[in-house]
Amino acid sequence: MHQPTTQARPSIYYPYQVHAPWLASQHPAQGRHPVVIVGSGPSGMVTALELARHGVASVVLESELQVSQGSRAIVFTRRSLEILQQVGVAQRMVDNGLPWRFGNSYYRGQRVFRMEAPHDADDRFFPMLNIQQQYMEEYLLDACQAEPLVDFRWGNKVTQVAQDATGATLEVDTPEGPYQLHADWVVAADGGRSAIRAAFDLQMEGASYEGRFVIADIRIDLPLPTERLAFFDPDWNPGNTVLMHREPHGIWRVDYQLPENETPEDALQPAALATRINALLAQIGHGDKPWEMDWSSVYSARTLTLPDYRHGRVLFTGDAAHLLPIFGVRGANTAFQDAQSLGWHLAFAVKGIASAALVDNYSRERVGAAREIIEESGKSTRFMTPPTRGFRLLRDAVLSLSLSQEFVRPLYHWRTSRPHEYTQSALNSPGDDNALFKAGPAHGAPPQNIRLSANDYLLDHLGGGFDLLYFTEGAAMPEALQSVVNAARAKGVPLRVTAVGASAPVAGADQTLADADGHFRARYGVPASGAAYLLRPDQHVCARWLTLDATRLQAALNHALPQ
Amino acid sequence: MTPVSSALGQPALGIAGLEQVYDQLATAIDQAGPAKAELFLVKLALLNAQALGDAEAFGRHLQAALQDL
Repeated sequence: MHQPTTQARPSIYYPYQVHAPWLASQHPAQGRHPVVIVGSGPSGMVTALELARHGVASVVLESELQVSQGSRAIVFTRRSLEILQQVGVAQRMVDNGLPWRFGNSYYRGQRVFRMEAPHDADDRFFPMLNIQQQYMEEYLLDACQAEPLVDFRWGNKVTQVAQDATGATLEVDTPEGPYQLHADWVVAADGGRSAIRAAFDLQMEGASYEGRFVIADIRIDLPLPTERLAFFDPDWNPGNTVLMHREPHGIWRVDYQLPENETPEDALQPAALATRINALLAQIGHGDKPWEMDWSSVYSARTLTLPDYRHGRVLFTGDAAHLLPIFGVRGANTAFQDAQSLGWHLAFAVKGIASAALVDNYSRERVGAAREIIEESGKSTRFMTPPTRGFRLLRDAVLSLSLSQEFVRPLYHWRTSRPHEYTQSALNSPGDDNALFKAGPAHGAPPQNIRLSANDYLLDHLGGGFDLLYFTEGAAMPEALQSVVNAARAKGVPLRVTAVGASAPVAGADQTLADADGHFRARYGVPASGAAYLLRPDQHVCARWLTLDATRLQAALNHALPQ
Repeated sequence: MTPVSSALGQPALGIAGLEQVYDQLATAIDQAGPAKAELFLVKLALLNAQALGDAEAFGRHLQAALQDL
C-alpha cells in the first residue's frame, strides 16, 4: 500500500500544503481515459493544461501529497514565461519573481566577464526570472484545479505499466490500495528517475560528467542586485566553480562544486555546508552576515537523452526524456518547451485532426532539440567541470589569460537556454516563400513578440490553435482565403486569423492589429500587403509567404497536419 | 635572411628568428617552473592560435606536434 508522507516538508519560507489523496472508493467506476499523465512537475502539468486548452481531458497522477521540495529550478527564461502565459500562470510568476539580465564571472577577485542578456522593447518578459520551483508548481496546480478537463490525483503512485497497440494499463497504488487505470496514451512526466523509463528498460544516450555540485538555499540579507554571480577557482574551493543567484523571500541559491573524492553524504553534513558557505560569504565581503539554511541537495552534470520520446502508446517528456546540465538553465525551461509541443501534437492526434504520425513528429522535434542542447551545454559543462586533465589545463589557461586578454573572455559565457528552432521540421511548408524573406522569424522559429501599446503585446493575442497573421491594408480578407479558413475550421482545426496593418477592423479576420508606423511589418520582414505567417499551436512558424494565395494556404495546412 | 616556407605552409622564422624563439621559450619554461610550465605552454598556445587566426592550421600544428612523442 502506497503511504506518501503526510508531514509537510520543512521550509523556512514556503508553507507546504498537504493535500488529501485521491481514492478510487470515493469515485465512480473508471472508464478508459484518452490521456493519463504520470508526474505533476513542470512538464506534466503544462502538458495537462495544454491538452485541456485543445479540449482533451487528462488524468494527472502524483505519488506525493504536496509540491516538490526545495527551490530546484529557479531561473525561468523569457520563452518559458511566454509558454506559461499560454496556460495562464505567467502573471503570477512575474508578480512574485525577480527579473534579471546580467551575469558576472570572477577570477582572482577580478570581474573577467559580464554577460548581458538581450532585452528588446518588443519583449513583454525579461530574459530571466528567478522564483523557487514550489511557487511555479503551486501556480500550475491552481490552474490545473480550475480546469475541469484536468483530473488531478494526489497520492497515486504508478507501480506497473503494460501496453498494447491501442493503449496502456496502469497499476496505481494509493493509501487504500491499488486500482487499475486504462488509457489510450500515457505521458511519462515522472522525472529524472522515471520509473516508466526503467520499467521499459529504455536506454539514454550521452555523457555523465564527474563534476558534482552542492546546491543550497540560505536566507541571508545581502545588498547585491539580482544578477548571476560565478566565481572560478576561489581560494576556499581551489580549481572548482561557485555560483550564486538571488531568489524571492530573502533566499540565495549557492551552488558549489564538490572537491574530488568527497562523497555527497559528507558534503551535505551541516558542518561541511556551514564551512563552505561561510568561506564563500567571507570571499564576497559578507562574512559577518547571519544566515539560515533552508534546503540542500547534490546535483550531477549529465547530458543524456532517450533517442525516441515515443514508446508505443507511452510518450516521454521533461526530465523523464532527457537529463541536462544546470549550466544555462536547461531543465525546467526545456521541460516547458517539451510540454507545449507534446500538448498540441497529442491533442490533435487524440481528436483525429491529424493521424498518430503527428505524435512521432513531437518525438523527432524534441529529440532534435535535446541533442542540440546537449551539444551546446556540453561545452559549458566542460568549462565549468573539466572532465579530464586536458580540459582542466585549457580551462585554467583561459582563467589565467582572461585577467589580461579580452579574446578568451567570451568562453566564460555558457549559452543560456533558448527555444529550439525547428528549421528542418517535417511540418514546415515546402511550397512557401520562407527563403525569400530577408527578416522576421523563419521556418521553425518561435514568433517575434511585438509591443502594440503599453502593456499590450502580440503574444497576448495568439495561441490555442493555428494562427494566421495576414498583413493587409484592405477592408476584408480575400474570399478565397476565407473559404480555406472556413473549410479547415469545419474539419475541427482551430485557426484564428489576425489581420495586421489596417486601421479599421478587417472583415473576415478574427482580430485586427493596426501597424501605423510599420514596425510590426519591419520585424516580420514584410515588404507589402498580402504577406502572411502561419504559426503552429506551439506558436512556431511553419509557413510564411510574401504573397499568400488560397492554394498555398491549403497546402501549408495539409502539410502541417499529416493524415 | 629570406624566410623559407615551412612544411606547414606558413612563413618560416628563418634560422636567426628560430634561435631567438628557442632561447626565449626555454628561458620562459624555466621561469614558469615545473609546477606551472604546462599551464604556461597552454596559455602560449592559445595566444599563438589567436594570432594565427586559423583553427584549421592550428589543428595541423597539433598533429605535427603529436608525432614521434
